[in-house]
Amino acid sequence: MTDDTATRPAPRSHDALSPFELGLARFLENRLAVASAVVVVLFVAAAIFAPWVAPHDPDEADLFRRLQPPAWLGGEWAHPLGCDGLGRDIVSRLVYGSRVSILVGVLVVAIATAVGILAGLAAGYLGGLVDRLVSGLVDVLLGFPYLIFAIGLMAMMGPGFQNIILALVYKEWVVPCRIVRGETLVARELEYVEAARSLGASGRHIMLREILPNIVSPVVVVATVRIAQVIILEASLSFLGLGVQPPTASWGSMVADGREFLIDAWWVSTFPGLAILVLVLAINIVSQGLRDAFDPRIQA
Amino acid sequence: MSLSRLLERLLGLIPVLLGVSVIVFLMISLTPGDPVEIMLGDSRATPEQIAALRHDMGLDRSAMERFLVFLWNAVHGDFGLSFFHRRPVIDVLAERLPATIELTLVSLVLALVIAIPLGVVAAVRKNSWIDRIATVGSLLGVSLPGFWFGILLILFFGVHLGWLPISGRIGYSSEVHSVTGFLLVDTLIAGRPASFLDAAAHILMPALTLALPMAAILMRVTRSSMLEVLRADYVLFAEAKGLTRARVIGRHALKNALIPTVTVAALETGSLLGGNMIVETVFGWPGIGRLVVEAIFNRNFPLVQASVLLYAVTYVLLNFVADLLYVLLNPRVRL
Repeated sequence: MTDDTATRPAPRSHDALSPFELGLARFLENRLAVASAVVVVLFVAAAIFAPWVAPHDPDEADLFRRLQPPAWLGGEWAHPLGCDGLGRDIVSRLVYGSRVSILVGVLVVAIATAVGILAGLAAGYLGGLVDRLVSGLVDVLLGFPYLIFAIGLMAMMGPGFQNIILALVYKEWVVPCRIVRGETLVARELEYVEAARSLGASGRHIMLREILPNIVSPVVVVATVRIAQVIILEASLSFLGLGVQPPTASWGSMVADGREFLIDAWWVSTFPGLAILVLVLAINIVSQGLRDAFDPRIQA
Repeated sequence: MSLSRLLERLLGLIPVLLGVSVIVFLMISLTPGDPVEIMLGDSRATPEQIAALRHDMGLDRSAMERFLVFLWNAVHGDFGLSFFHRRPVIDVLAERLPATIELTLVSLVLALVIAIPLGVVAAVRKNSWIDRIATVGSLLGVSLPGFWFGILLILFFGVHLGWLPISGRIGYSSEVHSVTGFLLVDTLIAGRPASFLDAAAHILMPALTLALPMAAILMRVTRSSMLEVLRADYVLFAEAKGLTRARVIGRHALKNALIPTVTVAALETGSLLGGNMIVETVFGWPGIGRLVVEAIFNRNFPLVQASVLLYAVTYVLLNFVADLLYVLLNPRVRL
């Protein structure tokens, strides 16, 4: 800093900001990421306020409206995106379907991240038998392609909302666990941990209060991108008929329902797939923006 | 890499494979529903007959005993009878395997053919419009739900334009005698180019659906490793020597830039295995993926068990191959 800056009123430069504020400022400069964040917020809002947002009851069948086309193709504006094979309003089913996708995405990643953090911290910090057990389990779970594993579990447990969460968490926790274990192995040897140890801090205190806050940012960044992947996995399971059961609307099963009518009514399958694409794409862009803004190591 | 290192790595696979088989065994043993009842269906068997069948299937033994028997049989390729087909599971799998392998290989080639040129051009012309399109395209590629993209392809190229067949491996009139099980090869062996083209037309859409997410990832990998290589001293030196840009990129940079691409491609081939259940279901492709999905709905557990195990073992081996490739291609890395 040169002398003449001291005489002027200091502009709020990036130097004066905390790492979090600095990251946030960088993120807000990324217009595409901000726009995508708005899209994600809109989807979440639609999911939360579904009863108010959806124009109709998503499960109400009306055979007179069977396969009614979207409004601009000769349908009616009361059902803007048309109706499905049972005459149910597609917009309303999309809105309610977002609940399943978003809830599964968020819950699976949240639970998996909590489990993965605890397992990773324990394995990395305690080492020895704990590390061997955790790492062994991680290696075995990594031996399964994700979808196969989830499908195997769903076949065993039967379809349903809770079972989807369980089937995905069983493998998903491996992702944060590996990151946390690796970071913990490095952090364990650093001075601040050494200092806490010499002050007599307990292992639990060191793991949760000292190490965790310092390694949490890559975990959070990865968690956002994992939500997008889990949403696609849930949709894939639902598409195969292993997800939530009818009549509950989910985007994957809506795409599957529309396969019967591809020739006469392309809209039944197309719109739910488009919803998945837009939401997942938006989450991926936000996640990339977060990574660029908050993880200086990757940026460098 | 020394032979002893290689052996050590190979031995390291054993506990993983053992763990995988424990999980597969547990998956099926903990499934609610009595396999005997499922097998007998609605037939009116007497309790004595049920008990006899239970004994034959080894269901009256302890879990540990059953696991050991399962493992012993699995190592010998015996996965029991497929309830639905009334034939040995291994025969049913063997029949469907070539279709899945053919689809996977064609997808792999497609993904590489799309990803490598795009990645190289994106790196060489960094920040150009091609680079931007490639970057957006790769984000789209990883965000696309495969089952939906497949349906869009069917709608457009199959239904709307009528250019490509929407289901199956080959048209009825193009069928040829099976030699290898790979139709693209068998049709050539039979000397029937029209049948070959028909088989190629059938495989194009499913392979593209499977290849696109992989191409997106490989494109990014190629782009970033190419960028790194282009900054390296030996490339600068080659340019300083006065070699043309094309020669520098083609002869010097590309060879090294592709090391990560090849490694990631081997890893991602494993994830093609996961995607093929979806793609085979969408395109009516008679491979293992569709077989598993059908088996789940038929509650045909021996078949589910064997296929999940087959997938997992292949996946573990592919990961091992990816590790090996990385070491073999990259002399700086030692295990």
